[in-house]
Amino acid sequence: MADLSVNICGVEFKNPIIAASGTFGFGREFSELYPLSNLGGVSSKGITLEPRDGNPTPRIAECESGILNAVGLQNPGVDHFIEYDLDWLKAQDTVVIANIAGNTAEDYCAMADKLSASSVDMIELNISCPNVKCGGVQFGTQPDSVASITAEVKKHCKKPLIVKLSPNVKDIAEIARAAESAGADALSMINTLTGMRIDINTARPIIHNNTGGMSGPAVFPVAVRMVWQAAGAVKIPIIGMGGISKWQDAVEMLMAGASALQVGTALFNDPYAPLKINNGLNDFMDENGYNSIKELTGIVEPY
Amino acid sequence: MSYDTQLFKLLENKRIADGVFSWTVKNSELSALAECGQFVNIKVPGRTLRRPISICDKDEDTLRLVFQVKGEGTKIMSEMRVGSEVEILAPLGHGFDIKKGRRYCFVGGGIGVPPLLFAAKQTENPLVITGFRSKNLVILQDDFKEIGSELYLTTDDGTDGIHGFVTDVLKEHIGEVDEVCACGPLPMLKAVAAVCKDKVKCQVSLEERMGCGIGACLVCSCKTKVGDEEVMTQVCRRGPVYMAEEVFFGG
Repeated sequence: MADLSVNICGVEFKNPIIAASGTFGFGREFSELYPLSNLGGVSSKGITLEPRDGNPTPRIAECESGILNAVGLQNPGVDHFIEYDLDWLKAQDTVVIANIAGNTAEDYCAMADKLSASSVDMIELNISCPNVKCGGVQFGTQPDSVASITAEVKKHCKKPLIVKLSPNVKDIAEIARAAESAGADALSMINTLTGMRIDINTARPIIHNNTGGMSGPAVFPVAVRMVWQAAGAVKIPIIGMGGISKWQDAVEMLMAGASALQVGTALFNDPYAPLKINNGLNDFMDENGYNSIKELTGIVEPY
Repeated sequence: MSYDTQLFKLLENKRIADGVFSWTVKNSELSALAECGQFVNIKVPGRTLRRPISICDKDEDTLRLVFQVKGEGTKIMSEMRVGSEVEILAPLGHGFDIKKGRRYCFVGGGIGVPPLLFAAKQTENPLVITGFRSKNLVILQDDFKEIGSELYLTTDDGTDGIHGFVTDVLKEHIGEVDEVCACGPLPMLKAVAAVCKDKVKCQVSLEERMGCGIGACLVCSCKTKVGDEEVMTQVCRRGPVYMAEEVFFGG
């Protein structure tokens, strides 16, 4: 049995598989299927300073090998999360990552203050949500705005800070470097790609928000490419995500340069996907003589 | 355990109207847990999202699932072979609240009719009003008769049964029942709720595009009134069945 544990910024994960933000709520619904201790970690639904109702429905559409969503950060707010969800989640014996999104830098900093005083293990700075009018992605598409929000939040953040990057950018390496230089402890990537579907019978978008964030197996090659490019540009660890749905994808993403992984959309197809991926990864490592995840991270030999 | 995803064996896949199919699937463990008004989430080969389908009926170790072909996923389902195995997450959501000693009226429109069969079977002398666009879409009439329903059929175009809407029939009989359970298109539910208002309690089963099916992803949220508060709830978890007064029908 290979050693699947990973250490990201001093936080010990028993395996590299983390449930991705927005697909897993705060974990309760999936805990009725399996103990969350099977997961390396859980990244919470995106939390904002005040509660949000999110976008009108429909909020989801399917595409070939993927989906588009525009939930719009529906969540009960940071105080509610700390009061009602965090203790329960912490008791599940898995790493707890609080994913935060804000309208303004002040929002992010206020949440970082509150969460720094809580028992969360890490904070994931969501500057890449494509589905809200303000907050989210407008911070995440230019190197200088990525650097400035990261530096601001870092001042208030007593927990390891993961910056979650958007793929909707010109040069991902430049963005990754901007986050690192501003004090990010780790990167997670990629968030969703902005997409659109139209109902040909009504000539209207399927999603009420018109556009949505695309995820699922269809975006996997884009994610691998971006993780590879970012890994070549920074020294901080990268949590790779974007369309991982089977163990082979996990291996590939690690080889591209990821130190841990998040699995999201695959949960909708198979709620047990993270467990199956983890088991398959373990078998692959055993069969191929890899003793630890570190031995896989970034080993791709490019031409 | 309240729900799980497991393999079901497809015992029957039968076309029962234009574009409408009836599945019987076998899995004793999960079938036993199913209650009326709940739904299942079906894994479709080659598709990312599962397809949420209401439970039309159940037997000791089988579920009956009636669905309409609306897109690629349901088309694939309609072509699946008897004997194959299907992975189904079930049973999901909160169903109809059926109390003993009350007379219920079940009002269904189109593909909203199937879950009412399972519900009507839990009651005595149910009054059932089913409406369809046209004769070629009419389903489950014999099934409702078999369980002793007082059954009404309407079609929008008059090609079968009464020419009119389910609410036309409901208005005539509202005095004969204690409670109404409805499932169908939102405008129909709104009209049914209006007929019931201040007269009898009304439960409505909603439909929404879904992701996870268990309440985690918040894709299928709707604004609902719980007490005096407006709260977002997930149709897949708090629903699909709500009290009519909890729902904002819009317009």
